[in-house]
Amino acid sequence: MTPSDFEYLRKLLRDQSGLDLSADKQYLIESRLVPLAKNSSLAGISELVQKMKGGSSLLVTQVVEAMTTNETFFFRDKVPFDHFPDVIIPDILRARSSRKSIRIWCAAGSTGQEPYSLAMCLREMGTALVGWRIEIVATDLSKEVLEKSKAGIYSQFEVQRGLPIQLLVKYFKQQGELWQINDDIRAMVQHRQLNLLHDFSQLGTFDVVFCRNVLIYFDQETKTNIFGRLAKATAADGYLVLGAAESVVGLTDSFQPCLDRRGLYRPTASASSKRIAISGAFVPSTAALARP
Amino acid sequence: MKTCLIVDDSNVIRKVARRVLKGLGFEIVEAEHGGHALEVCSRSLPDAILLDWNMPVMDGYEFLGNLRRMPGGDQPIVIFCTTENDVGHIARALYAGANEYIVKPFDKEIIATKFAEVGLIDFSQLPPA
Repeated sequence: MTPSDFEYLRKLLRDQSGLDLSADKQYLIESRLVPLAKNSSLAGISELVQKMKGGSSLLVTQVVEAMTTNETFFFRDKVPFDHFPDVIIPDILRARSSRKSIRIWCAAGSTGQEPYSLAMCLREMGTALVGWRIEIVATDLSKEVLEKSKAGIYSQFEVQRGLPIQLLVKYFKQQGELWQINDDIRAMVQHRQLNLLHDFSQLGTFDVVFCRNVLIYFDQETKTNIFGRLAKATAADGYLVLGAAESVVGLTDSFQPCLDRRGLYRPTASASSKRIAISGAFVPSTAALARP
Repeated sequence: MKTCLIVDDSNVIRKVARRVLKGLGFEIVEAEHGGHALEVCSRSLPDAILLDWNMPVMDGYEFLGNLRRMPGGDQPIVIFCTTENDVGHIARALYAGANEYIVKPFDKEIIATKFAEVGLIDFSQLPPA
């Protein structure tokens, strides 16, 4: 890849997705785009760039999707999936006992492992959630990734990473060499295509926002901007969950970490003043009814 | 140091599994079939057993039944590691007392996450995601 190819791709990805590639990430471009070039019958990255410069918007979309698709697995990092049933949900059950509804957003839902892990967690909580309306909204930048998430079909390799075998047997159906998550779990998750760089206020307010391992790809300014808007999308008594290597330090005063709960954050008072000033509260949508 | 018994008739698999599990801090014992593994267990019970299904002399499923009937045989954490990938085999294994189930081929990450899942290693020992 020539320096000018790299610069072109870097700028394009920055503009289209906010992905901030440093010079040491050339290998990432090669590992993702060489297969894409081959699939499009192009000799390599230079030819791919030529074609994009020539105005192939389909290729531009494919390149952005290929570069922003992140590896994920069920119950990734484990800790948040302990906090979820042990801390977050019990707290929200108390806070929402009159409304009896919970809204959860997976802001980088990717191929579905995270939203479905949360759905399985909720099912495992059993009768505590009977009569509650539960909405899990999974968004991702990539259409292709969302299609995979909707289908809920995973390879043997994918279901072995992080998913306890008891949950595989309980919540998946085997289809030859593949496994599909059961319809009732799939029905708990709604899918929407969404670029975090764009306005997402139409999604309404959530009690829990999972936004893990996606902000690491953005520059400081973009992170600050997204945190500000995430704060408006998070209920004043709600939770934000970030990835293990992520933090709000030096980026926003809208969230503060929960003591002794790694990765867990809550909106601050300053965030709630912004919320009242700028957006309304609860926006109901076409919710899938959860039947625990 | 925790011990792990690796039971597999393929010495290549035993070698690969040994390297991965040593890296996770286990002391390793090996057996090439279920009969041999029972002898090992009657001398000293390991903390963990990585268990193949199809083996000569005594297969993994029969070994597991025998192990769970031994005094103290409910203690070791047993993780099947086999090419048998259908839900029928998995369900039988769980019913017979297996704690986890890995379908071959496996890699270091699968072994590590499964061992963490059953509490044999700490999640902090996992390579960063």
